[in-house]
Amino acid sequence: MENVYENKMTLEFLSKSSNEAFARITVASFASQLDPSIEEISDIKTAVSEAVTNSIIHGYEDKTGIIKIECILFANSIEIIITDNGKGIENIEKAKEPLYTTKPELERSGMGFTIMENFMDSLKIESVLGVGTKVTMKKVIKDLKKSND
Amino acid sequence: MKVTYNEKDKSLTLQITEEIDHHYAEKIRTRADFEIQKYIPKKLILDFSKVNFMDSAGIGMILGRYKMMTMFGGSMNMTNVAPNVKKVFEMSGILKIIPIIEEVGGTEIGKCI
Ligand SMILES: Nc1ncnc2c1ncn2[C@@H]1O[C@H](COP(=O)(O)OP(=O)(O)O)[C@@H](O)[C@H]1O
Ligand SMILES: [Mg+2]
Repeated sequence: MENVYENKMTLEFLSKSSNEAFARITVASFASQLDPSIEEISDIKTAVSEAVTNSIIHGYEDKTGIIKIECILFANSIEIIITDNGKGIENIEKAKEPLYTTKPELERSGMGFTIMENFMDSLKIESVLGVGTKVTMKKVIKDLKKSND
Repeated sequence: MKVTYNEKDKSLTLQITEEIDHHYAEKIRTRADFEIQKYIPKKLILDFSKVNFMDSAGIGMILGRYKMMTMFGGSMNMTNVAPNVKKVFEMSGILKIIPIIEEVGGTEIGKCI
């Protein structure tokens, strides 16, 4: 019954760095319907911040474009899909390696994908050069807390 | 950012008061570099007591300041780190070179890495 979702929302905004906080807070607030723990919420915020920042600085670089976030709530999990129409990733396997960054001059640490992978339960990256990048992440919200309510 | 310089032990404490993401990291970096170059401290302490969010932009920003401190022959520590911020540090291995110290009323009471 994985495809039966409970709720859904879509967000579109310009690739401005001032929207990074807006994006992670909005997703976190939507996810709060699943009654996640403080740690789960903070993991989601961090992962969203990483993906949105990547679209802004790597996807669109100095240009301005649209970033789209889709959130789908299931009974005990959330799926977050973050899409840009930026320059795309040449080598996804390499991009996922810890410490790998194409922008060391901007003091990037190359830890974005590593954090997304570790803080979420699944991470899927799809990208086409010159077309854009789509990052799909899922997080299971543990039932423990719910049964205590 | 709240800036405290202790003349006695030449330590500079920078209390960061923003969430640390790509947007704010730029601002924090500019101010931190200004203060470091002004005091050339022996010791730099980054106080995270007011930081409730940090992503990997923080790692890059902190490593950049660390490089500057080593250039001046000084040391660097972090203090009052919230669990979610610590989780990002732990992922990056940064705590091996920039340890978290415990501070009570400005006095170090011990190390906890
Ligand atoms: N949305 C994107 N569009 C284009 N390239 C990207 C995108 N996201 C990530 N990348 C590429 O993958 C690399 C690794 O990303 P990440 O792990 O977040 O590290 P960082 O952002 O610190 O460089 C980036 O340096 C960039 O080359
Ligand atoms: Mg990144």
